[in-house]
Amino acid sequence: MIEFKNLHKRFGKLVVLDGLDLEIHKGGIFAILGPNGSGKTTLIKCLLGMVIPNKGDIFFEKKSVLRKWEYRNNLNYLPQIANFPPNLTVLELIKMVKNLRPKESNEQELIELFGLKSFLDKKLGNLSGGTKQKVNIVLAFMFDSDLIVLDEPTNGLDPIALIHLKKIIQKEKDKGKTILITTHIMSFVDEVADEIVFLLDGKIYFKGTIDALKKQTNNDNLEHAIANLIAKQYA
Amino acid sequence: MLKILKYSFYDLMRSRWSYVYFLFYLLLGFVLLFLNNDVDKAVITLMNIIIVLTPLIGTIFGVMYYYNSKEFTELLLAQPINRSKIFMGQYLGISISLTLSLVLGLGIPFVLYGLFKSTAIFNFSLLLVVGAFLNFIFVALSYNIALSTENKIKGFGYAILMWLFLAVIYDGIFLISLVVFNSYPLDKFSLAATMFNPIDLSRILILLKLDISALLGYTGAVFRKFFGTNFGMLISMGVLVLWVILPVLRMNFKLRKKDF
Repeated sequence: MIEFKNLHKRFGKLVVLDGLDLEIHKGGIFAILGPNGSGKTTLIKCLLGMVIPNKGDIFFEKKSVLRKWEYRNNLNYLPQIANFPPNLTVLELIKMVKNLRPKESNEQELIELFGLKSFLDKKLGNLSGGTKQKVNIVLAFMFDSDLIVLDEPTNGLDPIALIHLKKIIQKEKDKGKTILITTHIMSFVDEVADEIVFLLDGKIYFKGTIDALKKQTNNDNLEHAIANLIAKQYA
Repeated sequence: MLKILKYSFYDLMRSRWSYVYFLFYLLLGFVLLFLNNDVDKAVITLMNIIIVLTPLIGTIFGVMYYYNSKEFTELLLAQPINRSKIFMGQYLGISISLTLSLVLGLGIPFVLYGLFKSTAIFNFSLLLVVGAFLNFIFVALSYNIALSTENKIKGFGYAILMWLFLAVIYDGIFLISLVVFNSYPLDKFSLAATMFNPIDLSRILILLKLDISALLGYTGAVFRKFFGTNFGMLISMGVLVLWVILPVLRMNFKLRKKDF
């Protein structure tokens, strides 16, 4: 479904992606992991067309995405930082994003699930960080798309919202969607992810199931298995 | 693009600063009319204020809006919309809302005063047109600066410096060079130098229309001698249009390679 081919990206002198090759098949939850600054967000942003790679190509459903925008209609994205125009209300924001995408949406269900009903007429500037993140999640999940990209989805969520989030992710997976997640919370990965993609030095260092990783590192605990991979970089 | 424009416009129209800006012009309009009691003189005073103030406000609003809406712009970039449409929408949203504050703020007192019965209506309209041009020009310039500068503080600094340069320093350098090189023929030089500063250009455009030789200054006089009043106005209007188009083109060019 997604294919990264020989992807290079540099910011000034800093090499972030260094000839990265990766193929992701349709269906399932993929956790993109790696130490800080390993290029997780850059990789995702390349896929979204926000960062333009120096070299290489990206294919989404067999078509190159570079300098295109139509493909994003079949893709939902949850950004890392939820920051919205302060003078718009929640409802206006949802309407605006709906307006931008000519697609069916099921925001009512999500608004109720996250208890946002009483916030709909509030201005976004007056919301707390966690509430903003909930709005963010509603925006990311209200459309029916084949690919869902989540950048640090657990940021600032209370435990109940977190349980709901996990349920939604599971539900989308059962519908046959492909879900990419970046996070630093390993228990979350252990619970939801089917496969792990581990980035190091701008390349794919490991790709496979959680069990395969545990076996390879001789470690039963995912957190320690990952730490084991990262430790090789510090050594 | 229209959808983005609509929401940027709504967002700005509800911000406190748009009202402050609007009320400032409203107050200014009333005060000038009642102190001067003469629409023609009020127009001249207004010109002096507008050609300095609109560029400043346009510059500040431009950089502020860009940096404040950065994360939200990222959310928009992930939607199925063309990049340049997002930024053109924001750009037009800011420029139009600022222009609206200007036109309504000054328009209301002047209409109440009886502008439609006065002969000054064309002068006054030209003033508003020039004000609108300056808004569009300086918002575009500040957007260019913001797009090229990642650091917010630096971006703000550069933008204010640009305004200071065009509004104040440019004239100073220009005058000094006229004094230093006064034994050479300077007509062509001063003509060219005027074209490179939208604020000077606006001033000359208005003064040509008002036909006040005393205020034209050296550049204005050269301008009129060279082009004549009507052609001079046409030329200066044309160059102002260029001053909008070129920064907008550069914005689109920059956007094609920019990482967010």
